[in-house]
Formats: sequence, C-alpha cells, structure tokens
Amino acid sequence: MKTALFRIWRGDANGGDFAEYTTEISEGMVVLDAVHAIQARQANDLACRWNCKAGKCGSCSAEINGMPKLMCMTRMDAISGDQPITIEPMRAFPVIRDLATDVSWNFRVKKKIKKFRPRKPDNPDGTWRVAQADIDRVQEFRKCIECFLCQDVCHVLRDHQKHNEFIGPRYLVFTAALEMHPLDTEERLEDLKQGGGIGYCNITKCCTKVCPENITITDNAIIPLKERVVDEFYDPLGKLLKLIRPKT
Amino acid sequence: MSNYETLEYDVLVIGAGGAGLRAAIEASAAGVRVGLICKSLLGKAHTVMAEGGMAAALANVDDRDNWKVHFADTMRGGQYVNNWRMAELHAKEAPDRVRELEAWGAVFDRTADGKILQRNFGGHRYPRLAHVGDRTGLELIRTLQDQGIHQGIEVHMEHTIVRLLRDDARILGAFGYDRERGRFKVFKSKALVLATGGIGRAYKITSNSWEYTGDGQSLAYHAGAELIDMEFVQFHPTGMIWPPSVMGILVTEGVRGEGGVLQNNKGERFMFAGIPDAYKSQTADNPEEGWRYTQGDKEARRPPELLTRDHVARCIVDEVKAGRGSPHGGVFLDIAWIKERIPNAAEHIRKKLPSMYHQFMQLANLDITKEPMEVGPTTHYVMGGVRVDAETQMSNVPGLFAAGEVAAGLHGANRLGGNSLSDLLVFGKRAGEFAAKFSRNSKAGAVDDAQIEDAAREALEPFESATNSRADTEGPYQVQHDLQEMMQDLVGIVRREEEMFRALEGLTKLQARARNVVVYGHREYNPGWHTALDLKHLLTVSEAITRAAIERKESRGGHFRHDFPSRDSSEGRMNVVLSKAEDGSMRIRREQIPAMPEHLKQVIDEMK
Repeated sequence: MKTALFRIWRGDANGGDFAEYTTEISEGMVVLDAVHAIQARQANDLACRWNCKAGKCGSCSAEINGMPKLMCMTRMDAISGDQPITIEPMRAFPVIRDLATDVSWNFRVKKKIKKFRPRKPDNPDGTWRVAQADIDRVQEFRKCIECFLCQDVCHVLRDHQKHNEFIGPRYLVFTAALEMHPLDTEERLEDLKQGGGIGYCNITKCCTKVCPENITITDNAIIPLKERVVDEFYDPLGKLLKLIRPKT
Repeated sequence: MSNYETLEYDVLVIGAGGAGLRAAIEASAAGVRVGLICKSLLGKAHTVMAEGGMAAALANVDDRDNWKVHFADTMRGGQYVNNWRMAELHAKEAPDRVRELEAWGAVFDRTADGKILQRNFGGHRYPRLAHVGDRTGLELIRTLQDQGIHQGIEVHMEHTIVRLLRDDARILGAFGYDRERGRFKVFKSKALVLATGGIGRAYKITSNSWEYTGDGQSLAYHAGAELIDMEFVQFHPTGMIWPPSVMGILVTEGVRGEGGVLQNNKGERFMFAGIPDAYKSQTADNPEEGWRYTQGDKEARRPPELLTRDHVARCIVDEVKAGRGSPHGGVFLDIAWIKERIPNAAEHIRKKLPSMYHQFMQLANLDITKEPMEVGPTTHYVMGGVRVDAETQMSNVPGLFAAGEVAAGLHGANRLGGNSLSDLLVFGKRAGEFAAKFSRNSKAGAVDDAQIEDAAREALEPFESATNSRADTEGPYQVQHDLQEMMQDLVGIVRREEEMFRALEGLTKLQARARNVVVYGHREYNPGWHTALDLKHLLTVSEAITRAAIERKESRGGHFRHDFPSRDSSEGRMNVVLSKAEDGSMRIRREQIPAMPEHLKQVIDEMK
C-alpha cells in the first residue's frame, strides 16, 4: 500500500517541534483520516479537534503545507505526494496542544456584537412575510461554519495581532448577516467603525480564498459594510443632508 | 484528596446541541443560574450536521396539514410503541417552536408568498419540514447559540462529564474534567438536564461524530435512571459508501424529497416492490405519480423512496444480498435524472442540495447533477434512551431530566426524518422549563466526598495502568475499534438471537479489556485518555442495545429480527425497560404501554 510522510507540529504554549510519522494511504483518504490513523496507532495523545468529518462543523481547522484548511475536506490525492506533508495548528491563535488552538477570543468577540432585533411581526400570529430574494445574501453569510480559517489567514490578526481593535472577517460576515437581515432593526455601524475596526481591512481577500464554504466574504460582506460606514460617518454631503433632513 | 474546582448552578445542562441549548435558554429565561457543558466547542455539536429540516405542521405549503396529521404520522412511523402523550405534545407545539426560531434570527427558505417553506420527507403525509437548503441543523444550532450567549448562561466548552452525583433522594450534580487541562470539576446543581445525543459510535459505520458515545444514556443508567427502547436503533438508508474514508457520512433524505430515486444495478426502482400494507393507500404505485408528488401535486401520493427509514434501509440490504447492488456494496441514488423533467436541473439541484453537491464533489469526485450516488445504510440515531415523563421530561431520578436524542419515547420504534430537530426544540424547552421549576423548589444538597473521590480515582485509572504496565496491555483505540466491529456484525440491521448472545459474551471480554487499557502522556488535551473514558459509556449502551434486542422477539421499526421477521401485535406493544440492579448487573423487564385515550384513538382512526 502507498504510504505518506507527515510532519506534524507537536507541542504546547511553551514551544514544540515537528514530529515525523509515516502512515498508509488508501483511495479517497483525507488528511484527517491520516491524522486519526497516526493517533490510533502511533501517537494516542496527539491532540486535534474534529467532529463531523464532512465539512459541516468547522472543528478541524489547521495549516496543511502552510495553507489554512479543514483537514476533513482536504483529500490526500490533492496534495503532491513527493514531499512530506506538514500539518500545523492555526497560527493566529495561541496553541493549547499540538493541533488544538485557543480560539476563545472568537467567542468573546461575538458576544459583544448586538444581537438580532426584529421589527414587530407582520401578522397577528407572530410571523413575518419575507421574500426569498431578500434573504439570499443573508443565507450566504449564514452558511458560515465558524472554522475561523478566515481569522487565521487575516494579516491584521495573524501578523499585526490587532485582536483588541479588529473583529476579523468572521465577525464582519456575522455583522453583515444581521445588518442585511430584512427584519432586523438594530444599529451597528458605530460599533463597526469603533470596536469592530472595519477600517483595518484593506481587502486583500485572503479570507475569501480560504473560506471552505465559499462565502464571498470581502465582496459581499465587508465592502458593503465599509460603504455603509463611510456613508454614515465620512460623507460630507450626506452629513449636510442629514442636518437639513433629520432621520425620521 | 483529589484536587477539584467546585461550581454551583440551579440548573446544569449537559450537552450543547439543539436540545441542550434550548433547555439552557428556557431555564435561564426563568431566572435561575444555568451552567451549560459541551464536549466540543460551542456550536459544533452533532445538531450541526442535521440536513433536511424540522417537522412542524405549519401548513404553509399544504393547508390540509395540522397537528393531528403530524401526530398520526409520527405514531404510524414509530409503529405505535411511541409515548403517545409525547407525540401529541410534539405535534402541537412544534409550529410555535419553529416560529420562535425565526423571531430569534433564523433565516428559513421561503414560499412564493413569503412564508416559511416546507419540504417533503419520508413518512410525512404533507410537505412539513421547515428548512434552509440542506443545512438546517447549522441554522438551528447557530440561532440558538447566538440567542443563548446573551442570556447569561455560563458555558463550559470542551468539558466531559464522567459521573452524575446524587444522594438517596435526588440528583445533586455532576463530576467531570476540562479537556484542555484535564482538571477535575464538580458541578453542583439542583436540577440537571441531559442533552447528550446518541450512541452512533458504538457501530463501525455511522453518520455520528466522535462525541456520540452514549454518555447521557450511560450516566443516567449508572445514576439509577431507567432506559427504554434501546433495541430501536435507526439505520439511515442513505450514507455514503465510497471512497472508504467517507463511509457512513449522511446523504440527506432531502435528496429523495426533491425527486431522487433509488435504483439497483439493473436500473430498477426496487422500492415499488413490497410497499408495507400500512402505507399502501398513501404511496404512489407508479413513477409518474411519485414524481408529481415531489413537485407539489396535492392529488398525488408519495413515491416509495419516501417510506420510513427502517423500511428503506432493509430494502437496500435485501437488494445488495440478492446480488443487485452497486459496485461498492450499496445501491444507486439518482437525482441527476430530474433533468429529463425540469429545465436548469443542475442549477436547481445545487440550490436545493448545496452541501450534498459540495460533499460528493469534494470527497468522492462525483457530480450529483450528472451521475447517481452510491449509498448504503449507516447508523444514525437511537430512538431509545432515558425514560422520561412526557410533560416534564424528568426521569425516575428526581431532578434528572433528559431531552432530545438521549431521551426516549417520542419516536417509538422508528423516527421520522425531520422529527428530531423539532423534538430538540419542543422537549428541550420543556426540560429547561421544568428543570428550572424543580430547582426553585429544591435546596442545594451536600455531595458526599466519597462519590467524588471514587469518580476521580476511576477517571485516572488508565494512567495508573500505564505506570504498572504489563506486557499484555493495550491502548483504548483498539478496544473501541473491536467493539464497533462487533456491534456492526452482531447487533446491526438484521439481528439473530444466537449472534446477539455471542455479542454479550464479546461485551464481557471487551469490558475486561477496557478496564485494563493504558494511556500515556499527560492530562492536557489527551485524546487517548478521553477515548479510554468514553469506552465505559460505549460498553454500557452496547450492552443495553444487545439485551433489549434479545428481549424483543418480534420485528418492529428499527429492530429487525431474522428469527422473528414479523410484528407481534399481541406481545409487541410494550417497552423493554433496563435499569441497574443492586449487584451492578443490568436488570431487564417488559412493561405494557398504557392505552391511548379516546380522543387520540379517534385521531389515529381518522387518519388511516
């Protein structure tokens, strides 16, 4: 049977190094299968997260040959077999052990974003009428599986460590889903400009490239939000108009 | 003395999938302190994988639908061993639970006039499943998660509970550890809700994730709760079977709901043969009528592909056994054929079944808009679990509640697709509500230190074994693997008494091996250790399934006996009840199911 050589990062917050493992490769295998095989036979204590193994839960995020990917959706036959395959934890987050990283920052960020606040129901039975065309965009954003690969690849977080000033692509998409929800009445533009740090994004689109759900993060979510923020806070003509015609 | 941290809550919820989140939201809305424990990160629980939708008689697509039809469908699907009161509550309350999700921000697919769209599913007479493409579970868990985080619920991610704590009278809390550091924690609570899901990992081929190791069923059982219906395991008819690494991953019933057909290697739609009598009057007898049904023709009856899961799974097994299977031992599921019927079929399929398209494209190099899929049965769901009171979801242990897959009753011998997500919401809410009430009327109890010490000692045993390691010791993965193989082979879709007795012998040996497994390394994020601790639960539920399956000497729903191939209408209407005896052995008894009240009997008769 074919085999492949893996270099997997082993260690914790105090440091670590790559360890080498060779394992058998069968047809259709994904990287997560190989990690499981290594875990079962060679390294019982190899730490990694996973759940659904079908690209639906976003748990098994890692960097495979330097690329942020879901291990469960990366087929072995899509990786060149001549070189050893490196697997590392996501580098934008502190490591816990081996391939598991501390992603708790993401959960804290989400808590700070104002929640959905719907308008009054349209009907006495508490329901609303909404056209499919009006929610297509929001449904695209709600495909997000919170794998945090977009956060991992974003240079504002990864290289510049602006975790305190920038919420990252995931939470810009999350905010966009709320802001573009036809029923929502909450106001989040001020927060986006201030705590959200939307200005930090300089639309290099790396997040869009790594998104396993193929959400067009930059074009469909971030740029329209940037436009709204600009309209609200930086448009002199708009400001003037608002003075003359205050919001009704 | 062990080192541990103590936390105190009024209500502790174990499990953060749909049922756990819904229970936590309800309890915290009632104003009590709520702790929520999840084995994974928040939002990753198995609910996320649910695809097709949640069943609720909203009557948005077909105005003939109402709770009575949904109730009758659920009872028929469960072959009348359901807890009828749960089935009634479920059918009545599901629509409100779905509407509530919309108010919390869920974005369902819409009808042309802007209402929540509903789709066809197996065993449901009318289009009933509110959905979002084929990622409804994600929508549900994310909506609940995003609602829950603003309610002051304390979430403990990546924590595992290894034992429930109690005194003679009631539940007092739980003992566990955080996976990250391996530190022990005692969660004291006045009421406790189990929402830990199912047992799929007891089998080799399963659609379930690593978390599904029967923790809740086992924790409850060891704490004195009764389990019922454990013989009823649902094998979903359509799991992926090729390539080997994806074996078991779910292919949603929505594929068939959208017009997909099952074919054998001769190109025959074998489901038309052998339609069960109970469904004959509701099932199309020709492909044309079946197609019209999937396209919303109210006069048409459903195609046989949309019969209940137990039946479809067995038909697939029969085709394969008769030599009419696909190259890798399954059958063909074809949705691509609809291009003969509708324009832009490929686009339509990608829109209606986006994650199926994605999943096959990426994992199997197969374009479902062009080619048929190969599918076969996969262990998907357990209808059995903790026996609960229909109204409150409390078990026979005071203060111990259960909701969702870990609880039993609603689904009887076979669950209808789409009834799980609505189950989570309806009974998650009820469990949260009544757990909060229970906690209000209770005082915090004193947990006996000896119980904690014993649980801590047991949890560390696999490390102890490593220090006085002998030559014949082994790691936990091999034991888990052997258990899964055995359950698949001996207590699977088609069961025989002699094989199940062999399984019991096998379980005794596996239990001995599990006691001796060794784990190396530290307590910090050590999956070897976690797997060793999960083994106890897996072995407990495997024994429960096997003993219950031996006891039920008939075939009904998910339980098929080769030696008793038909339904026993005189003896069969009972629950197999399991409980832990004083001496630690598994006690088994039969209990008649109480007769349905007159008003529900009438509903069943009307819907025949």
